[in-house]
Amino acid sequence: MKTKYFFLSVLAMTTLLVVGFNAQAAQAPLKEVKSAKGKVSGANIFNRLLKKDEQRNAAPAEDGIHDSANDGTHVLQPPLIAYDGLPTSEFGNYVDWVKSLDDGLLKPRYDLIDPTVEPLVMDLDIVREVKASMPDVVFPHKPHTQWLHCSNCHPKIFIPQRKANVISMSAILLGQKCGVCRKVSFPITTKSCTKCHSKPKPADWKPPKSEASLTNPWR
Amino acid sequence: MFKSAMVGLLSMFAVLMLPQAAQAEYADVVINNYADAAGMRPVVFPHWYHRIRFRCKVCHADLGFKFKAGGNKITMAKIIDGKFCGACHNGEISWSVENCGMCHSGVPGMPTQIHGSTVQRLVAPTYKSLDKPAK
Repeated sequence: MKTKYFFLSVLAMTTLLVVGFNAQAAQAPLKEVKSAKGKVSGANIFNRLLKKDEQRNAAPAEDGIHDSANDGTHVLQPPLIAYDGLPTSEFGNYVDWVKSLDDGLLKPRYDLIDPTVEPLVMDLDIVREVKASMPDVVFPHKPHTQWLHCSNCHPKIFIPQRKANVISMSAILLGQKCGVCRKVSFPITTKSCTKCHSKPKPADWKPPKSEASLTNPWR
Repeated sequence: MFKSAMVGLLSMFAVLMLPQAAQAEYADVVINNYADAAGMRPVVFPHWYHRIRFRCKVCHADLGFKFKAGGNKITMAKIIDGKFCGACHNGEISWSVENCGMCHSGVPGMPTQIHGSTVQRLVAPTYKSLDKPAK
């Protein structure tokens, strides 16, 4: 008897939950039963697969990868406490790390023990011309050398020589070349394209015509 | 009946919990090379916390961490020897290894991965294990 009541209460709870999640459907449940016309598929929800903004920078216990049953999880610092006062960005951690460093808001050590060691900064911009219509890529050595050491990239990932490196977006998306770090520094999304593709093409630039269009006899 | 009700309730709970997987902080690394097999929770490494205190160079050039999740084959023996995490987590620069649960804090059974990485989003949903499973 007790189990029966429990089952009923569970059923009641589930219906309550479903009603709570789908308030619109609950408004006219009778009409839906009468005609199939009123039925709308749940697949048509707007922005169904997009990440919701309110899910940003969750505390460890609620972020889905930390085990909330573990005592240590609750000792860990929630990211939002650490990000307080730092300049924001639109992707990744939603923090502009390079600007934070430039503004002197962060003082990360360059040496394991000695906090006075200064990084070996090199201020050299490398412009890479892009074949297609996207703006050309400017690679700034400055912010990279502020965080990293030359040996992190040279010569294993990038040969330090002009025109020696073949870089494509497909290679980057597969985690090679710039993509080696693009899983930690910032993600490649449609919002972050202009971070690298930052030098506009000259005013008289026209996209190169493809071979197929040049040799087309019906042109 | 009680059992089926419980199963129903649990599966509902699981469905409600599912979207949370996308909420973890960008570049949080889950390392589960050996942890699960040793009966420990996988390690969650927060890049954001560490980059506030150290530049990339310290770990990735001086300490020899490769730019690859699960690619460093870190074990507790190496850490106690002062290698990898043990270079700081020695009770001098940062808290020592007796705080097991502060690193080993991941959801049990979670595979090695970098959270929010482009490769993970587009190519491989989770990284494959370092070692091939024993047949």
